[in-house]
Amino acid sequence: MKIFHPQKFRKRQISHSDIFLNWIFLLPCLLTLLICAGWPLIRTISFGFTDATLDNLKNISFVGVDNFIAIARDQDWWKAVLNTFVIAIVSVPLETVFGMIIALILHRNFKGRGWMRAIVLIPWTIPTIVSARMWAWMLNDSYGIINDLLIRAAIIKEPIPWIASNSLSILSIILVDVWKTTPYMALLLLAGLQSLPQDCFEATEVDSIPFRTTLKSIILPLMKPTIIVAMIFRTLDAVRIFDLVYILSSGNNENATMSVYSRRFIFDYADVGYGSAAATVLLFFVAFLSVLYISFNRKKLKEMD
Amino acid sequence: MIWKSKKFIKETAFYILCLLIAFVCLFPFYWAIVSSLRDSSSLFSTDLWPTKVTFDNYKEVFSDITFGASFLNSVVVAVCTALLSLAVCLMASYPLARAKFKGKKRFLMTALGVTTIPHVAVLSGLFELIRFLDIYNEKSALILSYMIITVPFTLWTLTNFMRNIPKEIEEAAIMDGASRFTVLTKVFLPILSPAIVTTGLLAFIAAWNEFLFALTFTLTNQSRTVPVSLALFSGASQHELPWGLIMAASVLVTLPLILLVVIFQRRIVSGLTAGAIKG
Repeated sequence: MKIFHPQKFRKRQISHSDIFLNWIFLLPCLLTLLICAGWPLIRTISFGFTDATLDNLKNISFVGVDNFIAIARDQDWWKAVLNTFVIAIVSVPLETVFGMIIALILHRNFKGRGWMRAIVLIPWTIPTIVSARMWAWMLNDSYGIINDLLIRAAIIKEPIPWIASNSLSILSIILVDVWKTTPYMALLLLAGLQSLPQDCFEATEVDSIPFRTTLKSIILPLMKPTIIVAMIFRTLDAVRIFDLVYILSSGNNENATMSVYSRRFIFDYADVGYGSAAATVLLFFVAFLSVLYISFNRKKLKEMD
Repeated sequence: MIWKSKKFIKETAFYILCLLIAFVCLFPFYWAIVSSLRDSSSLFSTDLWPTKVTFDNYKEVFSDITFGASFLNSVVVAVCTALLSLAVCLMASYPLARAKFKGKKRFLMTALGVTTIPHVAVLSGLFELIRFLDIYNEKSALILSYMIITVPFTLWTLTNFMRNIPKEIEEAAIMDGASRFTVLTKVFLPILSPAIVTTGLLAFIAAWNEFLFALTFTLTNQSRTVPVSLALFSGASQHELPWGLIMAASVLVTLPLILLVVIFQRRIVSGLTAGAIKG
């Protein structure tokens, strides 16, 4: 007969003090992050201070901040900075407003909600390259459906060169970016709505207060932290925009963003040192936002424990 | 009565808004389908539905060997990326969700920090690493680089899901003499299977859609993924782009994803909203 050992039993209970075992479980993930993110990041930053080229990554010499000075003197770089910020500053607020509208709709219980949810997700699911191609086709100046509809509706007389014209192609990029990422924004905000006390939505129904009032004085103030975090997250994403610009600006310098500019120097002009320096500058631009984003989430993590 | 009609108007307005949103979301894809079904002579027609349906564009896409190869590449890369990041993150999320130890928060915060790195900022470092490992132009190079994208959010989402499993289940298993590895594989894995499907799906979609790394770390037609072939698909000049073909290929690439989303929409939404990573 087995004898019950209270002491043994207590030992077997999970104390989770077994630090060694914890780190064994964490090791694969830690190594993956170090090898795939940490090391390449350090290498890219250090390449920025050298004269490395694509064919010669080994016998490189330290050139100090020469690359950074050259970047600061390059007009195209400042154009890329401006483009990047214009895209981020215009598209993120638009996505927030549209996202909020969609989130409020999806939060309501109505017939066909499941369908609506699936439909709204579709722009987010479509690969960015495909969206870019689809919109480029729709916005095509001579054959595009959008110009055609606008002309038929007598809104415009001449077809608009949405993509061929530099100033308009930034607009097109913003349009497609908003179309593509609003669903994601809507889901982030929906999650926030779902975590609010649900009776604040009932005020409208029960006390017949206009929904506008409920929204302005109850829902939006309560949603403020969620909205801020979602906007920071989206801004971080918008600032590194690459795919859409790559397709919709058809390779001209005028509409490059910082990501496009950096990659062009690293791989098209094979100037790894210069391109890496540009990427490093981009990294520093977003560092402030990253820190803000992480500290917001840290607060949240504390609340959870 | 007045109150009722007011409510009716409001409801109608609500559904009209829904229809409008659905239209904006769906029209570009609808237009791609319509254009892909047209022959080259009617391609530039702007009728809102196809008058003469032809599948020639699809036939041509299918007969194009490089497109088939890139489709296969995309499938392999996306599946491997999803499986690998699931395996790595499942292990890591166990102590992160269930144990108290020093450095836990820092670990989670570091993973969160990785999501904010602009991808060009690791590009040349990764290129050097991939050259060093001699996997340039190979699928493994893409899988390696996609870990930056998929591991942080998979880790966060799984950790959040695992945190919600009641402690009693784990304690019961440990009392019965299960090791911690057994707890993870035999107890938590089955409970977590819906969450695993969701996060795996999200990782799959992320890898399927990725462009920057795929463009940079592959060279030949045979090793490209679908987004890259689609982006480099071009005619003799900008004005001679084979739009019908491009639209057919676009539809083919997107269809599997749309099917997944329609089937799993509830799970995808819960997965996207469960990760505290987005606030």
